[in-house]
Amino acid sequence: MSRTAVLSLLCVFCLTVSSVGARGLSIRPELSIEARGFADEPQFFDQLGTAQLGVVLTGQASWRSRDRKTRFDFEPYIRLDNRDSRRTYADIRELSFSKDFGTWDILFGVSQVFWGVAESRNVVDVINQIDAVEDLDEGEKLGQPMLRAARSLGPGNIELIYLPYFRERGFAGRDGRLRFSPAVDAKNISYERDGEAWAGDWALRYTQRRGALDLGLHAFSGTNRNPFLALSESGERFLQTYQSLDQVGVDLQLTRGAWLLKGEWVAAESGGSSYRSWVAGFEYTLFGLGGTAADLGLIAEHLRDTRDLTKTPITVFDDDTFAGLRLTLNDSQDTELLAGLIRDHRTSAIQYSAEFQRRIGARNLLELEARVFSGGDDPFITAFEADDFLTARWTVFF
Amino acid sequence: MKQLTVVTRTVLAAAVIFLASATPALTEEAKERGFAIAKRSDLSDAGFGSSSVELTMTLSDPSGRTTTREMRIDTLEKSGEGNGDRSLTVFFTPRDVEGTALLSHAKILESDDQWLYLPALRRTKRISSANKSGPFVGSEFAFEDLTANELGKYEYTYLETRVVDGTEMDVVECVPRYERSGYSKLLCYFDTEHFQSRRIEFFDRGGQPLKTLVLEDYRQYNEFWRPHKQTMTNHLTGKVTIIESAEYEFGVDFDREDFEPAVLDRL
Repeated sequence: MSRTAVLSLLCVFCLTVSSVGARGLSIRPELSIEARGFADEPQFFDQLGTAQLGVVLTGQASWRSRDRKTRFDFEPYIRLDNRDSRRTYADIRELSFSKDFGTWDILFGVSQVFWGVAESRNVVDVINQIDAVEDLDEGEKLGQPMLRAARSLGPGNIELIYLPYFRERGFAGRDGRLRFSPAVDAKNISYERDGEAWAGDWALRYTQRRGALDLGLHAFSGTNRNPFLALSESGERFLQTYQSLDQVGVDLQLTRGAWLLKGEWVAAESGGSSYRSWVAGFEYTLFGLGGTAADLGLIAEHLRDTRDLTKTPITVFDDDTFAGLRLTLNDSQDTELLAGLIRDHRTSAIQYSAEFQRRIGARNLLELEARVFSGGDDPFITAFEADDFLTARWTVFF
Repeated sequence: MKQLTVVTRTVLAAAVIFLASATPALTEEAKERGFAIAKRSDLSDAGFGSSSVELTMTLSDPSGRTTTREMRIDTLEKSGEGNGDRSLTVFFTPRDVEGTALLSHAKILESDDQWLYLPALRRTKRISSANKSGPFVGSEFAFEDLTANELGKYEYTYLETRVVDGTEMDVVECVPRYERSGYSKLLCYFDTEHFQSRRIEFFDRGGQPLKTLVLEDYRQYNEFWRPHKQTMTNHLTGKVTIIESAEYEFGVDFDREDFEPAVLDRL
């Protein structure tokens, strides 16, 4: 992104610092300051030391017509990093115009789509590229250009999405932490489909609720969001190849009392091999823990993936179990804690994680995030072995 | 003499029977009257169709700390027996939860169906609604206080009619019939002029006074009444939550599909 583009985005923040209510135009900037500390000195040459600072400028500008049927949304995202050059970047998370025509709802522009029900990983969620520079948990996504037509059918809903342009995954740079060894080359990228990013993808999704059951079905045909990584001839870099991907999948959740039973399953073909991925598990909530207002959720999920790693993009979730706890205090400051671990049954690698958040006053949010990698012999986890970290983020909402 | 004895016996027997049956008969009558009062109140609201209102919720604790939440609630009236209303709550503030939405399909005796929309992830989540007694967004209102206005949810017993703050009110004991309620009973006060709910006293499962809700500033929209200030006081913690409403909008152009989980990412 050019300097002028960044400056113009900054201007959006500076111009208006006010909310104009629920309807009409509303502009809501956010500023985050982030400090990340690593427990150990780096493993690889060139990597930054034990401290990293970041600033994030983001926010939403939105407009709704009086009848709420015409919508405009804009969400720019700018991150500045003091050490990792690939972590200083700008993205448009959302820039969309949409209209409800009664039976059909049409969205045009850059947007984000979430599919799935699971906690640890959403194997059916294929529309947006994940922002791997931002976070490892696949929760942050890059904005995706799309044309989306949705139609309500009573308790059902059908969506047809055309995605004209492909977004590459970002990776930490040579000087960054949480990278593979060698680092991923961000420049020499090849595409299997038409050799370019403009090959275009299609997706079809149907969802329906029936009593205690929420069901989703989908089909996708296009470019795999996850690149196949191959060592360059010199062995100094990983080169990315984006293969074609055709997949169909199901996601469902059964909600009964305090139990949520969840499952996601896909059958996919990519890089000339067919495979299945799925995640299945439950969340059980203990409401009103010990007579207080707090709720404690107990989460367990199993992840499985049958792909041939010599042909298709890597996954570390080939045969893993996730176990987690979610503590929600239900207080006026919306305090929440999510802690868990994922264990790989083949390599015995374990990744621990904890996320905490609490609003401070009316306009500030404190977030803490920690991850610990215990390698086993998984080469992709051992690359992060010296990267156990704690991030503290303070966000101000203007 | 013998004749008299028979008469006396008959009278005595009748008196005994009367006394024995008096309490159940009165109870039955009190239940019928209680139900009639609640039904009259419920009917006064039948046919409202749809409404939309913006609310400000102020949470305060005894130390004087306050938190404000602003939201909009869209409501679509139930379409048939066995179903409750559908409602969609969208939060505007606090800013970190701006855009969060809660869709609820109310049921009479079963748990409601609820979906939560998290705007940062564009994620719609079906959530458990088993925590009826849990607090709504950290306030003194429990989920059941906001959704349990369906007639079939309680068993009613008329207690008395008295004047409270210059208004004549029927006092009815309401015992929850649905599972997982946090209350043993409620004392519900309906005014005798417009039949609106004016005050509710909540008793915890142990039968002790827990909270009091006062509904004030009733305004009339065509034939429908809506309170514009609701104050919930928790007697155990001293915390208070006040909901203040802006003007209600009735006859909004909603259809049932506007209250489906699939539309939550198109708000």
